[in-house]
Amino acid sequence: MAAPKKTAAKEAEQDKEHDAPPEFTREQELGALRDMLLIRRFEEKAGQLYGMGAIGGFCHLYIGQEAVVVGMQMSLKSGDQVITGYRDHGHMLACGMDAKGVMAELTGRQGGYSHGKGGSMHMFSKEKNFFGGHGIVGAQVSLGTGLAFANRYRGNDFVSLAYFGDGASNQGQVYESFNMAELWKLPVIYVIENNRYAMGTSVTRSSAQTDFSRRGISFNIPGKQVDGMDVRAVKAAGDEAVAWCRAGKGPFILEMQTYRYRGHSMSDPAKYRTREEVEKVRHDQDPIEQVRERLLAAKMTEQELKAIDAEVREIVNAAADFAQHDPEPSPAELYTDIYR
Amino acid sequence: MPIQVLMPALSPTMEKGNLAKWLKKEGETIKSGDVIAEIETDKATMEVEATDEGTLGQILIPEGTNDVAVNTPIATILSDGESAADLGKVAAAPPKPGKAAEAPAAEAKSVPAETKSAETKPAAPKAPTEPDPEVPAGTEMVTMTIRDALRDAMAEEMRRDPDVFLMGEEVAEYQGAYKVSQGLLQEFGARRVIDTPITEHGFAGIGVGAAMSGLKPIVEFMTFNFAMQAMDQIINSAAKTLYMSGGQMGCAIVFRGPNGAAARVAAQHSQDYSSWYSQVPGLKVVAPYSAADYKGLLKAAIRDPNPVIFLENEMLYGHTGEVPKLDDYVIPIGKARVVRSGTHVTIISWSNGMSYALKAADELAKEGIEAEVIDLRTLRPMDTDTLVASVKKTGRAVTVEEGWQQNGVGAEIAARLMEHAFDYLDAPVARVSGKDVPMPYAANLEKLALPSVAEVVEAAKAVCYR
Repeated sequence: MAAPKKTAAKEAEQDKEHDAPPEFTREQELGALRDMLLIRRFEEKAGQLYGMGAIGGFCHLYIGQEAVVVGMQMSLKSGDQVITGYRDHGHMLACGMDAKGVMAELTGRQGGYSHGKGGSMHMFSKEKNFFGGHGIVGAQVSLGTGLAFANRYRGNDFVSLAYFGDGASNQGQVYESFNMAELWKLPVIYVIENNRYAMGTSVTRSSAQTDFSRRGISFNIPGKQVDGMDVRAVKAAGDEAVAWCRAGKGPFILEMQTYRYRGHSMSDPAKYRTREEVEKVRHDQDPIEQVRERLLAAKMTEQELKAIDAEVREIVNAAADFAQHDPEPSPAELYTDIYR
Repeated sequence: MPIQVLMPALSPTMEKGNLAKWLKKEGETIKSGDVIAEIETDKATMEVEATDEGTLGQILIPEGTNDVAVNTPIATILSDGESAADLGKVAAAPPKPGKAAEAPAAEAKSVPAETKSAETKPAAPKAPTEPDPEVPAGTEMVTMTIRDALRDAMAEEMRRDPDVFLMGEEVAEYQGAYKVSQGLLQEFGARRVIDTPITEHGFAGIGVGAAMSGLKPIVEFMTFNFAMQAMDQIINSAAKTLYMSGGQMGCAIVFRGPNGAAARVAAQHSQDYSSWYSQVPGLKVVAPYSAADYKGLLKAAIRDPNPVIFLENEMLYGHTGEVPKLDDYVIPIGKARVVRSGTHVTIISWSNGMSYALKAADELAKEGIEAEVIDLRTLRPMDTDTLVASVKKTGRAVTVEEGWQQNGVGAEIAARLMEHAFDYLDAPVARVSGKDVPMPYAANLEKLALPSVAEVVEAAKAVCYR
């Protein structure tokens, strides 16, 4: 009786070896947990501030998708560039931008990254190589390809990451960019964050080819589908794509299968999906819970994990406090930064 | 009856060309479709095919002859049974353009290649009467085409700054759809002179992205009509990023190419975007007329740390002008120039509109009206001071543009003159513009759709109450 049982266990183990991404070191797990928690708590706070009227306009929260930017960032080196669309707070924090500056931009204050002139969708950091923050769906894909063009022009080995969603994946300029990127072997990783819904339209209602990793096939761009809820899987795929690009082999497509828990923007009634669907993903796949569980299994205590959460909450509270008390930009700011 | 072979036109706008080579000798037998000669312009070389069978009777234009006008008889073909004795009596055969060794420009987008005949458009005007304040007295002047002035400007800036590169459709191997980038690939190589696929939206975005990371791209649009595809990247990304980033991230980029009416290419290929771009804060918009300004302002545009829309004009590419022979001739963006001084009325234009303005000033002078003609050169930022100073002197103003009147640049000028020179105006500002219609194809209708010298003269007289 023992033999077959052993065999089954071995098979399962082999399967696991085949499917499961490489384990993180304890340091990596803790780093990922902290970075993902920072994004989660920051976005929760942003949601609260929006509800209080301190943040206006459009505000697109990243809650649920944290493993994507955190995992990808772990594959990068200093000097690599990042560009994304308007669901961008998580990307900024992952790039190391200051939570105070980001939150103060959300509240439209002088101390915001753009002195209050960009808002939720438009922040940049030259220092952190974060190139925005773009509001026109798909535009960042051509721009990110241009960043890669500049790397190739300069002959350095930096890689640019262009994030976009399943919705943007249907824009024409995405394919114009794919074509030129492969033609000129540009070091750009197209990270498609497939969160299943382009605003209220599910991928099955908007996309003829719902396997987004295949969207580069006609240009000979390799692609990979990745469990975007598992930060280790993201990091492993990121490493592969980054190595490909740095070696001068051209662009790479990563489809990150992920999920946003909140609406498209703050005003989204979310009638296009059921509460049960959201709850199921939260319960079964939450990217932060996955790391927490692994750390607990590795003998880390709840107490220690709570300390990390407390540290993150402190950063977020300080950012929220700053963002509500920092002065609004001076009226003179209206006419600055139009020309250099 | 012997048949005449006529000098063929290589493109709708070609007026003359060189007879480079005869491939058949007098007395040789010719079949229909045989290549009998090669002709060339500064843009392309083309083979001339025989359309008739017979014998090459007489070569009327020897090879090596330059500037042979289109439709000039270049040879005669004798039919069976005819001899040299029949050469006196001839019938004209239509020329048949053969396989182009180098296809006429922009075939992919059906844009004609050559500059325009003087019939429907005013020719290059006489030299301005007012000296250029940017040029030191005694500077040697070189006569060159606007096409070459643009090429030289790019080449000089590319030598000066390794971050400057040129990208666009047909800019490299083809040497430019309008031959503006001739020789640049040979000098700077494929890394810096980059042929793109026909994807304006995509390559405009790539250019802007490269500029955001600090490079200085020159993005050529084969014509600005096709830049409509790229409008989002130009406006939303290039023009606004500096502001949206609180000054952190700018975009030093030049978008250049022919703008405005070409010749006989109909509505989608003939449009003036002067007012479209000049409305947008964050962009600079330059639209020169003279060869010297083309050179000096393109150099300034390439050096400018902001996105610059550089509107050229296809009709003017072949026009020649005097360009100062200076090591570094840069004209500041944002300054209009009084090119002809006068006291009775101010005529304001830019780009090819200056052709009408200057000719009209000549006409008006014959009737005793001395017009001051101002070349705006830059549309944004607009040099209101120069306009106002002139109107304070003349008290009357006429604007001339090829674009549509509603929300046009002329409307903006009129508003500024009302705001800043109201007390000096002795008459309402008059606007001469393109008519409020899409550009028609038929030659007569196209002529009607564009401004004319007569309309400018009439408007100037009207504001002078003459």
